Amino acid sequence: MKLITAVIKPHRLDEVKDALQAFGVQGLTVTEASGYGRQRGHTEVYRGAEYTVDLVPKVRIEVLVEDEDAEHLIEVVVKASRTGKIGDGKVWSVPVDTAVRVRTGERGPDAL
Amino acid sequence: MNGADTAFVLISAALVMVMTPGLAFFYGGMVRVKSALNMLMMSFVSMGIVSVLWVLYGYSLAFGADNGGVIGNFDHIGLKGIDTTTLTGGDEGIPVFAFALFQLMFAVLTPALMSGALADRVKFSAWGLFIALWATVVYFPVAHWVWAEGGWLYELEVIDFAGGTAVHINAGIGALAAVLVVGRRIGFRDDPMRPHSLPLVMLGAALLWFGWFGFNAGSALAADGTAATMALNTQVAPGAAMLGWLAYERVRHGAFTTLGAASGAVAGLVAITPAGAHVNAMGAILIGLLAGAACSWAVSLKYKLGYDDSLDVVGVHLVGGIIGTLLVGILAVDGAGGAGQFGKQAVGAFSVMAYSFAVSWLLAKLIQSTIGFRADEDDEVAGLDQVFHAETAYDASAVGSSSGVRGTAVRGSGALRTRGNSDGSSDGSSDGSTETNQKVDA
Repeated sequence: MKLITAVIKPHRLDEVKDALQAFGVQGLTVTEASGYGRQRGHTEVYRGAEYTVDLVPKVRIEVLVEDEDAEHLIEVVVKASRTGKIGDGKVWSVPVDTAVRVRTGERGPDAL
Repeated sequence: MNGADTAFVLISAALVMVMTPGLAFFYGGMVRVKSALNMLMMSFVSMGIVSVLWVLYGYSLAFGADNGGVIGNFDHIGLKGIDTTTLTGGDEGIPVFAFALFQLMFAVLTPALMSGALADRVKFSAWGLFIALWATVVYFPVAHWVWAEGGWLYELEVIDFAGGTAVHINAGIGALAAVLVVGRRIGFRDDPMRPHSLPLVMLGAALLWFGWFGFNAGSALAADGTAATMALNTQVAPGAAMLGWLAYERVRHGAFTTLGAASGAVAGLVAITPAGAHVNAMGAILIGLLAGAACSWAVSLKYKLGYDDSLDVVGVHLVGGIIGTLLVGILAVDGAGGAGQFGKQAVGAFSVMAYSFAVSWLLAKLIQSTIGFRADEDDEVAGLDQVFHAETAYDASAVGSSSGVRGTAVRGSGALRTRGNSDGSSDGSSDGSTETNQKVDA
């Protein structure tokens, strides 16, 4: 199994969610996150005081998939979250040892 | 008794009342989330403290029979000698109770205005004591000078229709004095101190603007043409001031900010307060534009000069108040304007500034050197809401929310401990020893 993690622009979440559903993913986890990449932050002005806001709001999506689906799924996520502008985010995958479905106790790919 | 006037003044009093919670939202949205409740409470508590003081002796000191032009007397302690049939100004007057209630709202608002300058860093008990003392020895006398028959600025014919001098200059300069005693917030100029809720700021500004119709038009104390002029100008001046502020910001910082729109409107309201009954709508536009542009520049002074007037009470209320108070001397269209009047306005503005600054500074020093004005450093950094109010402003997270059952159990078992104040003051706050809100004493 693989854990695919995508950190993307918040307003692309719906597109990515729809694309994952179309792909047949059964479940995912979404977290509000903040961070920066090469684009760094932006400047905000409050009564003339300019603040550089380093950490930009992002959304982190996590999906568990079987090994053979991983590459294809990464492509789907990248395609759905891309705007072509700076700050589009990153997608990566890591191997996963175990997964358990809490309700039934099923393990491994059966738990997905 | 004039029924129309009475009804108008009573309604105006209720409108002015809403300005204090409006101010609480205006300021509360501007601070960081960790001390948001404290900021709300600093305004709100004034409705408790000053309302009571006003009845006990405030009304009497401000509007009792004059003593030497500087203060009233004690004839109306506890509103003694006034009943439902007592009228102001003869048979066609309004009940003194209506007048006293209306003026009470001004006395409540004025100390609350100063709270924004001291955001995020003072002990709540010390603040309560400060505004009680400040109302007593600064506001009540100054209100007498300006508005009571026999008051020396009143007799000098200084125009302060609704409180540009007595309220805004007075609170603005008092706030500056207190800031100089209390000092800067930790992290001033280094840490970002972004407003935690601009929608709340906008809501507060809207409530202030709404209430200000009572504040300004109600000051006519009659449902007449003066009140109507004032009401019109109370809409026009803040509108123009909003444009003035936004224009300055767009040129200087490249954006039309929400905070700028709200601040500009308030600056315009401040500036029109002393002037609105004596200028026409074109004069109100001019006053508004100038106040908006000038105040948007003035709020940057604190960074250059190094005083931490956190929410710009000086930049908005003092500067806006001075602009309105001086300009009415020039722009008055009812025959009052001219060089002579301008001089009188300057005397009024600067005498109140001198008195209020000196006495406010002394009061702040007195509190600083006795019970201590400033919160503990750790508490300031962690946020004042939990230490002084034992509450959190927002519980937006599903994780780490408080557990009511557990809290009750702790209280029942007698394990609730009272927080030991190292400085010995009696804030009386306690925090339950639950995992979620346990204070770590250093």
